[in-house]
Amino acid sequence: MPLDCGVSCLRRSEMIGIGIRELESPPLDSDQVHVLAVDDSLVDRIVIERLLRITSCKVTAVDSGWRALEFLGLDDDKSSVEFDRLKVDLIITDYCMPGMTGYELLKKIKESTSFREVPVVIMSSENVLTRIDRCLEEGAEDFLLKPVKLADVKRLRTYLTRDVKVSDGNKPKVPEDLSRFSSLAMVTPPPPPPPSITSVKSSSSPPPSESSISPVDSPIRRMEMRSPGLD
Amino acid sequence: MDALVAQLQMQYRNYTVSLYQQGFLDDQFTELKKLQDDASPDFVAEVLSLFFEDCVKLIGNMARALDQTGTVDFSQVGASVHQLKGSSSSVGAKRVKGLCVTFKEYCEANNYEGCVRCLQQVDIEYKALQTKLQDMFNLEKQIIQAGGKVPQVDIN
Repeated sequence: MPLDCGVSCLRRSEMIGIGIRELESPPLDSDQVHVLAVDDSLVDRIVIERLLRITSCKVTAVDSGWRALEFLGLDDDKSSVEFDRLKVDLIITDYCMPGMTGYELLKKIKESTSFREVPVVIMSSENVLTRIDRCLEEGAEDFLLKPVKLADVKRLRTYLTRDVKVSDGNKPKVPEDLSRFSSLAMVTPPPPPPPSITSVKSSSSPPPSESSISPVDSPIRRMEMRSPGLD
Repeated sequence: MDALVAQLQMQYRNYTVSLYQQGFLDDQFTELKKLQDDASPDFVAEVLSLFFEDCVKLIGNMARALDQTGTVDFSQVGASVHQLKGSSSSVGAKRVKGLCVTFKEYCEANNYEGCVRCLQQVDIEYKALQTKLQDMFNLEKQIIQAGGKVPQVDIN
């Protein structure tokens, strides 16, 4: 029986041993993009934190979904009034984590009133179409295939800056977001493989396997077709 | 001094290229080097050091899980293999990652002998990489001590 992520058997003691370390940047500058990164792997946390810092983001890195919810103030029933000032512009999370998966974290964020507008990006080492679909349908902004590269993060950064400038409060999905899809031809078929779908980064393009994404059927494209107001 | 620097730089280039050619490293390692700069000159060494610590810990977990008298919990072994596969992928440790792929298959097939073999190989492989990278980092130090700069090595 194939393992999905194979981490469900980790004992609590091992989870603690993995490293309950939070990497936090110095106090926030209100104009800077603040990213909450969630990954149970210390190595991956270090790398993603560096990738984000190099693209001028402030980063808070935590090692689990629970820690993320705790940081966001979503971990209990108390009102999040005191967290009005907590500015998180992007949440980037690993999919496969013990305890709470990235998907479950995504759902909880999208269910919250305070953070449902914050873009959530999922990272995964496995290119599983159903997984990607599920995440995008739940409202994930993007799906990055690990290992994450500088180009991936730079691209995220580009659309974030725009969002931050657009408004301070309720942000509708404004058409400006579309420019990040400029590499996708929404009109002309077939589009070149979009950078976010790094499953096709093997540019020597072997015939796509069942689990790989064909450019025409890219999740981002399907998400656009689903979302109103992007025409 | 310059002749020494030039010689060291050439040695460094050749050595680095050989690591890629022999499959020890892949382009994710190159990506990590992009994240290194004058402000963080030891970034790659630091990340790799964390990776090797991870190897010790995870291989220990795998060994313990495989050492059970009675039934082996292959999903537990697989969990550690999955993590090692992830971190090796993130640092560009190509051979280690490749072994983890095979190892994971053996876990899923509940193949004890296959798992034990992979465990031995992965142990050998991460240590080999550790030695190779230590030599590479030492060359970098020598270049700097000789007054030179560590060259960017173009792999392609």
